[in-house]
Amino acid sequence: MQKRILLDGQKFQITIKRLCHQLIENHHDFSNTVLIGIQPRGPYFANRVQQELSKILGKDTIKKGDLDITFFRDDFRRKDGIVSASSNNIDFIIEEKNVILIDDVLWTGRTIRSAMDALLAYGRPAKVELMVLIDRRFSRQLPIEPDYIGHQVDSLNSQMVRVSWKETEGEDKVILLSESNK
Amino acid sequence: MAAEKLSTRHLLGIKDINRDDIELIFETADNFKDVINRPIKRVPSLRDITIANIFFENSTRTKLSFELAEKRLSADVVNFAASSSSVSKGETLIDTVNNILAMKVDMVVMRHPYAGAGQFLSRHIKAQIVNAGDGAHEHPTQALLDAFSIRQKLGSVAGKKVVIVGDILHSRVAISNILCLQKLGAEVMVCGPTTLIPKYISSLGVKVEHDLIKALNWCDVANMLRIQLERQDIKYFPSLREYAMMYGLNKQILNSLDKEIIVMHPGPINRGVEITSDVADSKQSIILEQVENGVAIRMAVLYLLASQRD
Repeated sequence: MQKRILLDGQKFQITIKRLCHQLIENHHDFSNTVLIGIQPRGPYFANRVQQELSKILGKDTIKKGDLDITFFRDDFRRKDGIVSASSNNIDFIIEEKNVILIDDVLWTGRTIRSAMDALLAYGRPAKVELMVLIDRRFSRQLPIEPDYIGHQVDSLNSQMVRVSWKETEGEDKVILLSESNK
Repeated sequence: MAAEKLSTRHLLGIKDINRDDIELIFETADNFKDVINRPIKRVPSLRDITIANIFFENSTRTKLSFELAEKRLSADVVNFAASSSSVSKGETLIDTVNNILAMKVDMVVMRHPYAGAGQFLSRHIKAQIVNAGDGAHEHPTQALLDAFSIRQKLGSVAGKKVVIVGDILHSRVAISNILCLQKLGAEVMVCGPTTLIPKYISSLGVKVEHDLIKALNWCDVANMLRIQLERQDIKYFPSLREYAMMYGLNKQILNSLDKEIIVMHPGPINRGVEITSDVADSKQSIILEQVENGVAIRMAVLYLLASQRD
């Protein structure tokens, strides 16, 4: 297994800060904007963005929720085994709000398609935007593009992108894994 | 962490599933409970699946609950009631079901007056079977939702003491409940007149008690069953009034206990017989929570079974 580091150390932190400033550019003081992390890995990223935004704006009222998409996936009965569901924690109204959907890696776009369906079960947002830490370019199976991108990478389908977080894995880092015999 | 998938293709009875299966169903039901409390209560999971509800016996709650669960999972649903069908023209069970399956049905939810009807069907047809009650044998989804309701109210089922009161002899709910609660580590007692308690019930590892007050003082949860007059071919007790006096739960008895117990009832209630109105509507009763949980449990069962490909 070969590993290539895509993001770590200071570069990782700068990327998060840059994304936050881009968000502020469009959403000002976040009075009508909410963050939604897509389960299971998106909420870690969303947490970090929420902390960073609070620091920059000097307020701790930025709303953040977690969205589970398990029951909205389009590969039910098409792949072996089932993905166990995570929890939904959205304790605010998304009707007429600007929603930033947040996930760690964007690949085929199918997760985001499911997330948009799942999100609409909570109401009709004014606008939905997509923010991802890693964009695996040229691998989309649906017409979906992110509005905010941490880092873009060209990758093969056989490769894997793994994002680890300080809170859970002990280190902020993104690596690209590939089979060594390929 | 529970298992990833069920160990069985059909849900015929609690007897055939293990503790991991039950935990998995509960964890999945937690998620579906969240779904049915949202503004939009529908998820598209079972979009391309057709389910036939075949009821050879009357039912309101179970049928409605299954149908609601199926619709909230976006499945296509066909309903069939034996009273208005060709069964009354002499068609056999296999023929009836094969005809329905020829219409490309993926799952069958069946209630039947004979014990083992689900088992029989599962050996002869390809579709997945969910038993919604077979005679006096099993009613697995009822047992799952009862245990799920206890878990929700008390935090867990393990170590809890549950007494099942009433017509144990004719009750599929009792058998499924005993098996399910025991698999989850609860202690179970049955209570009722001698004539309505099967002779060898203690071989299932349950306590037997004929005195209601003693049973209630022992338990954390009391599950009050209905007297199934429609199944009773002979008289098992002198009169309903006498039964209500000996085994009916009223507010006075409930208040005289030294602890607060939880009161459950699988429905339909015969108010004034096994349970009085003031108990059924009291804070200690979780009868309506049971009904709400029923939909979530059935969604979980259907979802988990459907996720298994042939």
